[in-house]
Amino acid sequence: MTPRPIKLCIAALGGQGGGVLTEWLVEIAEAEGYLAQSTSVPGVAQRTGATIYYLEFFPRAEAQRAGREPIMALMPVPGDVDCVVASELVEAGRAVQRGLITPGKTTLIASSHRSFVISEKSAMGQGMADEREIAQLLRAGAGRLVLFDMDAIAEQHHSVISSVLLGAICGSGALPFGRDAFEAAIKRSGIAVAGNLAAFADACERVLRGNETTSSAAAPEAIPASARSPALQPLLDRLRRLPESARSLALEGVRRTIDYQDPAYAALYLTRLERVAALDEQQSPRGTRVGDDALTETVARSLALWMTFEDTIRVADLKTRSARFTRIREEIRAEEGQIFAITEFMKPRVAEIAGTLPAAIGASVLRSSRVSGWLARWTRGRRIRSSTVSGFLFLRALAGAKRWRRGTLRYREENGRIEEWLARIERLAPAHYGLAVELARAQRLIKGYGETHERGWRSFSTLLSQLDVLAARADGAALLSRLHEAALADEEGKALARELAALRESPQGRRPAAETGV
Amino acid sequence: MAERSFAKEVKSLRLGAGAEFRGEGILAVTKALLQSGVAYVGGYQGAPVSHLMDVLADAEDILSELGVHFEASASEATAAAMLAASINYPLRGAVTWKSTVGTNVASDALANLASAGVKGGALIILGEDYGEGASIMQERTHAFAMKSQIWLLDPRPHLPEIVRAVEQGFELSEASHTPVMLMLRIRACHVYGRFTAKENRRPPFSAADALRAPSRDYGRIILPPSTYQQEREKIEQRFPAGVRFVAERQMNDFSPGEVGDIGIVLQGGLYNNVLRALELLHCADAFGTSRIPLYVLNVTYPLVPEEWVRFCTGKRAVLVIEEGQPEFIEQAASQILRKHEVSARLLGKDVLPMAGEYTVDVLRRGILQFIERFSPGLRPGTQSPRTAKEVPLVPAERLATLIPARPSGLCTGCPERPFFAAMKLLQREMGPLHISADIGCHSFATLPPFNMGNSIMGYGLGAAGASAFHTEGGRRAVAVMGDGGFWHNGLTSGIGNAVFNRHDDVTVIVDNNYSAATGGQDIPSSRSANPHRQGNNSIVDAVRGVGVKWVRRTRTYDMQGTLKVLREALTTGLRGPKVIVAEGECQLNRQRRVRPLMKKAIQEGKRVVRERFGVDADTCTGDHSCIRLSGCPSLTIRKSSDPLRTDPVAYVDNSCVGCGVCGEVAHAAVLCPSFYRADLVYNPSRWDRILARVRGSVIGALQRRSERRRLRHAI
Repeated sequence: MTPRPIKLCIAALGGQGGGVLTEWLVEIAEAEGYLAQSTSVPGVAQRTGATIYYLEFFPRAEAQRAGREPIMALMPVPGDVDCVVASELVEAGRAVQRGLITPGKTTLIASSHRSFVISEKSAMGQGMADEREIAQLLRAGAGRLVLFDMDAIAEQHHSVISSVLLGAICGSGALPFGRDAFEAAIKRSGIAVAGNLAAFADACERVLRGNETTSSAAAPEAIPASARSPALQPLLDRLRRLPESARSLALEGVRRTIDYQDPAYAALYLTRLERVAALDEQQSPRGTRVGDDALTETVARSLALWMTFEDTIRVADLKTRSARFTRIREEIRAEEGQIFAITEFMKPRVAEIAGTLPAAIGASVLRSSRVSGWLARWTRGRRIRSSTVSGFLFLRALAGAKRWRRGTLRYREENGRIEEWLARIERLAPAHYGLAVELARAQRLIKGYGETHERGWRSFSTLLSQLDVLAARADGAALLSRLHEAALADEEGKALARELAALRESPQGRRPAAETGV
Repeated sequence: MAERSFAKEVKSLRLGAGAEFRGEGILAVTKALLQSGVAYVGGYQGAPVSHLMDVLADAEDILSELGVHFEASASEATAAAMLAASINYPLRGAVTWKSTVGTNVASDALANLASAGVKGGALIILGEDYGEGASIMQERTHAFAMKSQIWLLDPRPHLPEIVRAVEQGFELSEASHTPVMLMLRIRACHVYGRFTAKENRRPPFSAADALRAPSRDYGRIILPPSTYQQEREKIEQRFPAGVRFVAERQMNDFSPGEVGDIGIVLQGGLYNNVLRALELLHCADAFGTSRIPLYVLNVTYPLVPEEWVRFCTGKRAVLVIEEGQPEFIEQAASQILRKHEVSARLLGKDVLPMAGEYTVDVLRRGILQFIERFSPGLRPGTQSPRTAKEVPLVPAERLATLIPARPSGLCTGCPERPFFAAMKLLQREMGPLHISADIGCHSFATLPPFNMGNSIMGYGLGAAGASAFHTEGGRRAVAVMGDGGFWHNGLTSGIGNAVFNRHDDVTVIVDNNYSAATGGQDIPSSRSANPHRQGNNSIVDAVRGVGVKWVRRTRTYDMQGTLKVLREALTTGLRGPKVIVAEGECQLNRQRRVRPLMKKAIQEGKRVVRERFGVDADTCTGDHSCIRLSGCPSLTIRKSSDPLRTDPVAYVDNSCVGCGVCGEVAHAAVLCPSFYRADLVYNPSRWDRILARVRGSVIGALQRRSERRRLRHAI
């Protein structure tokens, strides 16, 4: 058997320093008595896309013994790669997809952090790839897996991910090079040496110790035994009487509605939720329970979000909190005591302004085109400097309008809609439990501000208008879920229109199981 | 100034005889040019040969010491025409570009050059943009070589071989009076390796020498009857001379092998990958000793009939490994063997795919089929390497959907983003438009989240691509063109043409100050001070100069302003072409310029304000409208910390450069109130500190009061 080169492949994103990592590895290999070859296909991928670097190392002594130079390939061959380095989780998954990982052979060194692709980011709801499933794939696929959040380590040392990857490569022992050679390469590069060395060492030792960080899901929060103020105790007692699976969400709902308005509003939240919980408790004529508490659980979430709709009062309230100022300080990485100013970008429309007015006035404003027109002059984009005293006071005054909120047009409108929604749920639940749960879930469509909010409400109303048709069908719940997903598929509502057309074509018939998934 | 600095690489261009050169393939070519006594170099940047241009641009000192003239040509046609200097004089010249796109642009000059013939060596270095990582339509340079009779070198991707190809290429060109193309595939351009350097050579004859004693020969002019004579020369003299040189100098390689009855012929550029495929089949060792005889074509045009006859005689079957289509080599070889009555079976695209890159895996499968049919006694290792993909961990369909694609996009803070966001809003307002797109960073607007642009016809051809849409009634078509494409040819092919033909359409020239997509090289309108170039030439003046009456400038970061100008251009009653110059400096280059200055100022204790944007996680509802309008890499998502919200919220990461687009988008699109801008103050003045103290104490007191109130109701 003639000697074979060591083959290493790096999957990196544009700007992550894959080129620097490649240069380091070439230098290390050469210093350690290997002939090195590297190549890459950057091209347009440099602009935020994924780039593959490929390296081969061949022992110089073997080449000298043979008196010939080894011939090294210019691209990774599926099934014939010793070590794959991926600077991001999905890129590691892509390496599996490309067949670069061989079980029992390939050492995979990957950062578990995510850099989201545009399709994940631009989804109208949840579009993130399934991290857990990808991690499972990596675990099952790689000969050896080193997986931890390398981006976080890089941040911690004010370094770059290439240093952390280099440390992980060193620690993994996938390459027959000594640690000194690795460190020497970083030192020779002469740029940000201290930070890079620290990040390198941290990663290297972490791998040597063998402790991959794993995150565990937090356990649901228990209902506290007693409230800080006795006035709130009844709320807690009522929470405890709810079905167990809904309690932690309902606790969040209570917190949120108090924070949004006051304890009385939280009591209203609970009253509404209890109506739904009673449905879950109901006995069917056959003596079994109608529901399995899924309805209460779903409504607990949806109702809380809907009751705390984002009006201008809420936005102003959230924007003036001290916790927000602290969070911004962290997010923008201001140094200790560093001065910073905050500017808000707001563009309320006439509808938002009218919504904050007392219901009767607000409604007449919207009716009168003259008043609306006059108000429209105030709806140009506003920049409010909330870190100045005047800007802060303005927002705080707006937030103070909370005490009149119950009289506002928007409050009346939203709470009217909520009641209507709950009534539909109540009517549906006994005979069409699944459909009722889906209707509860559909509240997710109503979110955002301005036109986004209006679009969401339009989609939601469209779904409402189909309820009678859906209730007449055995697969109504699954169909509503389909419509719900379709409404989130695109902004123009094309997918939803397609689904509705399909529904109109076969209003009664059950569709083939494969298509509906039931 | 280009995006990347090549100060280190430039040093290696000075290496003397015996020193070891280490670096990328394309840099080895640069050094080989200097070793060959090249007198002038030109070219147009583009992956994968941008680095050659960038290194030379950074090496003006060395070039002037050696008396080498270097130009960043206006286009590939300009570069090709520059080779005219080698027609009459013994001047060695080299030009470079991305192929086949650049070769398309250059082909008029190339055809005339090839017809006239050359006295001094003329070398055309081509980055063959084919296969993975390519950014252009998939075609072969080979066709150009054949149609114009230009020799085509395709050396093994090994630095000493590449250097040898450059040196011998000049000699071949001079010996056969024919220009020579040297093609390098993407990975060969970027391959890191070593070779032993030689001394750089001053060109023995200079352009000044030529100007002192101009030489003229009507036989070299492209007019009849010279052209008929030239065609005969090509056939009767230059072709045989070329074939003779290739054979005598043994430019192609032979490897004997142990089996006599089969053989493989391959393009030199595929050598390393073919050898790896053979190794995986147990038919070769790591040092390139193959059990099957090999004939390596480092020159793929012209072919040497005697070599083919010698290699194929006595063999049952020969496999031709030739990447891309049509299979020109296979066709030509068939003819050679038939005419010489060589009976060997010729295989090629029978066992290898007609289209697509020849990866090692593709090669392994093809060669295996060939061996199994014609030499099963070799007993190749038939076991394909196992991969995690083939092990049933997850169903293939799930694997495909589990891993989302990562298309390229505009960079963080890119000035073109607000322009395309404005176009998106405009189409919401006016309905969909026909958009004729162009080549450049703005091509990325054809990808998510913008998804706009109906066709791309080539560099600088955005406006020309909209020509047929000049009709009465209906909405006007919009053409997009970059500043790079504008100077490359768009000024005449697009704008001048629109004026002359009385078009009524709208052309937007995206002026980002550089040829940004190819690595930020300077172009005629670049504002940066480059001592070797004359920049600052106004696009607006040029457009007016060719007769456009309606020209507007807009800052892309001012979205409202841009929207207004676009609306006006689309609705104005004024007839004639409407040109909008949308300005905003390439953020990659801007940051490279501004960042060190800011860092220095902060270190020096000067007051500096750094802006960046953020999203309030509290008020973001996770609809991501902002991302669909922007797509900035720094505007991303993260899981909501709110236990009730299931959708991820928007989030601005620390790579934000504070370009301001987030705020503009929030306003122009009437989005949500979640965006904020933070102005970080470094080295605050006394006034800053006093003001901050006053604001902090007032705001802090009010916040503490509300905090206490909230705490009373905390559960």
